[in-house]
Formats: sequence, C-alpha cells, structure tokens
Amino acid sequence: MAEKTTILNLTEEEFVHSGNRACTGCGLSIVYRIGLKALGKNSVLVVPPSCLTVLQGLYPVASTKLPCVNVTFASTAAAATGVRSAMMALGKDDVNVVAWAGDGGTSDIGIQALSGACERGDNIIYICYDNEAYMNTGVQRSGTTPQGVLTTTTPIKGKLQVKKDVPAIIAAHGIPYVATASAAFPLDFYDKVKKATTIHGPKYIHVHTPCPPGWGFDTRYTIKVGKLAVETGLFDLYEIENGSFSLSAPSQRLVGKKRPPVSDYFAAQGRFKSLDTDMVNTIQQQVDAKWAA
Amino acid sequence: MHIIESGNVAAATGVKLSRVQVIAAYPITPQTPLTEKLSEFVESEQLTAQYIPVESEHSAMAVCIAASTAGTRAFTATSANGLLYMNEQLHWAVGARLPIVTCVVNRGIGAPWTVWNDQQDSMAQRDVGWIQLYASDHQQIIDSVIKAFRLAQTVSIPVMVCYDGYLLSHTYMPFDLPEQSEVDAFLPPFVPKHFLDPENPGNFNTVTLPDVRPGVDGTMRPGYIEIRHNLHQDLRAALDSYAEIDREFEQRFGRGGSPFVEQYRCDDARFVAVAVGSLSYQLRDVIDTMREDGIAIGVMGVQMYRPFPDQAVASALAGKECVIVFEKALSYGNQGPLYSDIKSTLYRMDDRPIIHNYILGLGGREIKTQQLLDALTESCARPAAIEDTPRWIGLKLQEEHHG
Ligand SMILES: Cc1ncc(C[n+]2csc(CCOP(=O)(O)OP(=O)(O)O)c2C)c(N)n1
Ligand code: SF4
Ligand SMILES: [Mg+2]
Repeated sequence: MAEKTTILNLTEEEFVHSGNRACTGCGLSIVYRIGLKALGKNSVLVVPPSCLTVLQGLYPVASTKLPCVNVTFASTAAAATGVRSAMMALGKDDVNVVAWAGDGGTSDIGIQALSGACERGDNIIYICYDNEAYMNTGVQRSGTTPQGVLTTTTPIKGKLQVKKDVPAIIAAHGIPYVATASAAFPLDFYDKVKKATTIHGPKYIHVHTPCPPGWGFDTRYTIKVGKLAVETGLFDLYEIENGSFSLSAPSQRLVGKKRPPVSDYFAAQGRFKSLDTDMVNTIQQQVDAKWAA
Repeated sequence: MHIIESGNVAAATGVKLSRVQVIAAYPITPQTPLTEKLSEFVESEQLTAQYIPVESEHSAMAVCIAASTAGTRAFTATSANGLLYMNEQLHWAVGARLPIVTCVVNRGIGAPWTVWNDQQDSMAQRDVGWIQLYASDHQQIIDSVIKAFRLAQTVSIPVMVCYDGYLLSHTYMPFDLPEQSEVDAFLPPFVPKHFLDPENPGNFNTVTLPDVRPGVDGTMRPGYIEIRHNLHQDLRAALDSYAEIDREFEQRFGRGGSPFVEQYRCDDARFVAVAVGSLSYQLRDVIDTMREDGIAIGVMGVQMYRPFPDQAVASALAGKECVIVFEKALSYGNQGPLYSDIKSTLYRMDDRPIIHNYILGLGGREIKTQQLLDALTESCARPAAIEDTPRWIGLKLQEEHHG
C-alpha cells in the first residue's frame, strides 16, 4: 500500500465550505470533507436523497465546490454510470465519477442499480455512508440497521433482523475494490478513497458514520462511538483488492488482543436500550466467534 | 434513398443519424428490436456512442438523465410497463430540463398481461411535462426522431416519440433515408450552457424552497413554483418552436407542413373523425368509402399531444357539425383523454361542434375497418347529441358485467 496519509501531509485544500446544514457532530460531515479532499478537483459527484442532500445546501446555495448531480433515490449507481458514459463520449475519462449514498439508498432501494453497475464493470466509485437508518426522514429502520436498534419504525422491541452485510454482497460481484472504513478513522478512509481513484472498474467503499441524533449520544462523542464500533469488533475495517482480503490497521491491531465488550458500545448510545442481557451476550458470542475464526 | 424496413429500424436509424452519444435501454416487447438494432450499430461502429445495457428502465432513464446533465445527447426507448417503471425518472428528466429523446413503442399495460398495441402507456404520461409526438407511419417515425432531438435541445424539454407497437414497430414500409450531411446541418451538436464540469462546478437539482431566495451574490433566485411555472410557459412556447423546426425540416427534406394535426379531406367536411397514430391512417379508407356515399367527412390525426396544440385543433374543427374521437386509451372512470382535451378546446367556440367518443383496440383487439365504418355512420346519423360516456367498439361481453 502507498504511504499512509497523516495529519501532517493531508492536503489543505477544502472542497466543502465551512458551515453546512448537517447536525453538529455528524459523522457524515467528517467523511464528506475528508473524502472530497482525497478525490480532488477533477471529480463529479452523484447524490440521491439523504442527509447528504441537506448537507449540500438549499438552492441557490451549495456547500461543496465539486460539480454534483442530485438524482432519484433508487438511481444513484445508474446515474454514476451515466456520468461516466458522458465523460467517455466527451473524451474526459480522467474525471473521477463518485456516487455518495446513504445506507438506505444503498442497501435497500438502490441495490438493484448498484448491482447492475458492478456487474457491468462500470468505472465508478460508490461510497455508502452508513448511519444505520433512514436519518433524513427521521430515523426509520434500514437494511443495515443492526439487530436490536430502536428506530421510529422499530419503536418498542428494536429491529428483529440482523444488519445486511452490503460490502460482502458487493464483493460477491467480483469487483476490483471493496473497502470498509469509519468516520472515526478519517485518514484510513482518505487513503482508501485515494486508492479507489487509481483503480479501473467499480470501487465500493462502505463507511460507518455515527449520527448523534439518530443513535442517541452527545455530539462530542462521534469519534468515540465510531472507534468503539471498531474496537469492540462489531464493525471491521478491511479491504478486498482483486479478491484478496486484508484487515486495515485499526482492526488489524485487535487481532489476538482483548477487545472491549460490545456492551460498552451499546451503553454509549440510546438506540440500544431495549437490548436485554441475553441479547447482549448472544451478540458478544457472535463477535467472539467471528474474531476467533 | 428509399429503403424498406420495420418501424423499429426506422427509429433506430433516426437515432443513428442524430449522432446520439449515450444510449441506455432495457428490452421490452415491442420495443426490443429497436434496442437490438442500436446495439448492433454501436458494436459494428456504425455509430460512435456509449451503449449501456442497464438492469432496468428506471436505470435506463437514470443513465440518460446523468449523461444529459453532463452535456451529451442521450436516448432510450421503452414500452408499456417499462415506461411506467420510469415514471419517477420521467418527471426528474423534465424538471431538470434535459433534452433527452425517448421512443415509446405503444403497448397496453398489465394487469392482465398484454403485449399488444394500445396507447394507454404514453397517454398515462401526458401530465409529466414531456413533449409527446405521435407518428402514423415509418417515415414519420424517422423524421420525428430527428426533429425531436432538435426540438428537445431548442426548448430544453425532453421529447417522447410514440408509435404503435406491432402495427408500426414490426411492419415493413418504404421510407426515405435522410442524408447524414443534411441531418448534421439540421441538427447541430448539443452544447449546453451548464453541465457537470469540474472547471466550473455547479450543484444540479438541489433542494429548492417554496419561496424565492437570494444567491450568494445577492440576486434573487426562483422558488419551486417559479421553476415549474417556467416549465409550463416553455412548453406552451414549444408549439411555436416546433412549427419553426418543422418548416425548416420541410425546406431541407421536403416533408412536413403539418406539425400538429394532419387533416385528410377535412376542408369541406361536416363531420371529422379524430385519432392518434396509425389508426388515423386506417380511418382514411373509411372516409373515402363514406365520401363515395356522399357523406362530407374527413379525418384528423393528432401528431403532437403535449403540449396540446389547441389552436391547430380549434382551427381544424371550427364550423364542423360533429367530431368523433377514436381512442386506444382511457382515463378510467371518465373518458378518453384526447376526447376531454378536444372538448375543452372546443368550449370557447360559440358554435361548437357536437363531440362523440369511442374506445377501441385496447390490448391489441383487432380494429376492423367495417367497425369504424359502422361507428362513423352511426355518429353521422345522430350528430345532435353529445355523449360523455364513451361507446366501446367490438366488445364481446360474455355475461352481464355488474358494476
Ligand atoms: C422513491 C423515494 N422513496 C422515498 C423517499 C423518501 N426518502 C428520502 S431520503 C430517505 C432516507 C434516506 O436514508 P439513507 O439512504 O440511509 O440516508 P440518510 O438520510 O440516513 O443519510 C427516504 C426514505 C424518496 N425521496 N424517494
Ligand atoms: S441526522 Fe445524523 S447523519 Fe443526518 S445530518 Fe444529522 S448527524 Fe448527520
Ligand atoms: Mg442512513
């Protein structure tokens, strides 16, 4: 892997204006700023309805400095393909074409278009920021909401089903690059986006973005909560490059170490408060088994 | 040069001559041979374009929307359920003011499944804001496709070119093939003012507030309602643009002169039959027969349905005794959509004609010329009574249907 980016050599050029419409402490806000730095000026963005639509501002004011087309909810990946085809037709194929969608827009309504683009081998970067619910519409469950989480559509018992493993589904398409990342490790995310710009074909990055109002924690704990998800072994950071899997540093350093209990992560957020001890123990056993393998 | 080919090949050839840059399509009967032909044109390098075999019609229009926003000429085609599957995207394309052209090869809609022709699919899309052109033969298909691209980029509004499934898509007819150099002179490249450009970044289709709002430079920008008002005004103005484009097309290619409605033996007619697409040509035979019997009747084919060419319709029907509208579509629970539109156009006339409505041919039910003759004979015999409940032609009800 190329030299790791550090806070000392991170590019200073900003593509997101300071001050935008995201909530204080928004994990998406962090990764968007860092991700656009990694993409650089020669990029076109594609965005479906989500918190990102709001973050980007209300007409006629925009909070980002890159060209962006807002598209319908289910169509993100296909629209990215459309931009790519136009760039090819116009002989501007050095442009990065980058879709940014939420977990709902990716794992649920947009998965068909994403699967299509991956199967066709379209030369796009697709970034799914996973705040684990439909936040824009007021915290409803999505395919990637973890088991037990309280949302406005799982208000009493919490979500009964497990989190959909979207990166694994996308990896099963055999595309050249799949990676996971976290807002709590922004420079790791930066390097993954940067790497994606150098690879031809479909690239998929799934980035975990804590959300204070949706998850029920104080705005100052975004990084802390994001780190706990990784350090408890619940959300793993890895890359799958041309089929070969490698854990990224923040997860790699947990191998063979004692991890904090998942209950630390659950206790830090309001959304897990319907989980009983049995459920917490079951989840702990599942995580332990995964890490033992 | 004249060639004999199918309607779908006429459409594909029009697309090729228009030098489309991005094509995305998903197969559906009876549109399929059109997209097959286009992929052949692209793979054989007769056409330099990106062809994206998308996984759905929703994505087909997504590709066109994005490619058009990025500044390229984009095309797709579909039928029936495929068009309905695109519905959200049709609205998006027109709201974003993109000059996309789409062929709609008209077919009935499920349930129950039907693959045969009627016009319910495109008629059901009349309110989305797209321009709708209807062709009645193969020559009109190829010509309309070329004119559609010119119109779309002149007014920044997408255009549907509709033609009857099977009756036109799969039948073979001779038609003149326009010269590439002539088409190039008629249809300049698409050069948008604003497009997805890293050198000059813009945010497209941003959330827009109910009220007007100043930009960072202080100038007031429209709210949603102003943007939608302007679309409506521009659609009305597209009537004049199309008349102009049709004139220019006629000068260059020698065909045209009736962009909105095509009249046949209407001048001295007391009665006028009205239809859309190939049915208007089938009716010509009936009109000839009735003329031999001394009935002063003509037929008017409607070639542009949205924006509705009310002035052309009004002047064609002024002074007539009875107008008989035949439709392969229905606004369920009310009347045929064209009937309603024509009726509202006639409303402002002092001496307005009586108007009758027939529904026929749904789901490909064969339309027999004798049935048309019977219906017209019946209507001409009772021109005094307006009937808002449409009559159905050729129904074979097996038992009493209890509503
Ligand atoms: C076709 C369609 N269905 C529903 C919606 C309503 N909607 C807008 S944003 C959204 C949720 C987005 O969730 P996600 O993709 O997870 O992004 P987030 O808001 O969490 O950032 C929904 C359901 C829509 N805009 N379009
Ligand atoms: S709801 Fe959550 S994801 Fe959305 S802007 Fe607020 S903090 Fe960010
Ligand atoms: Mg979400």
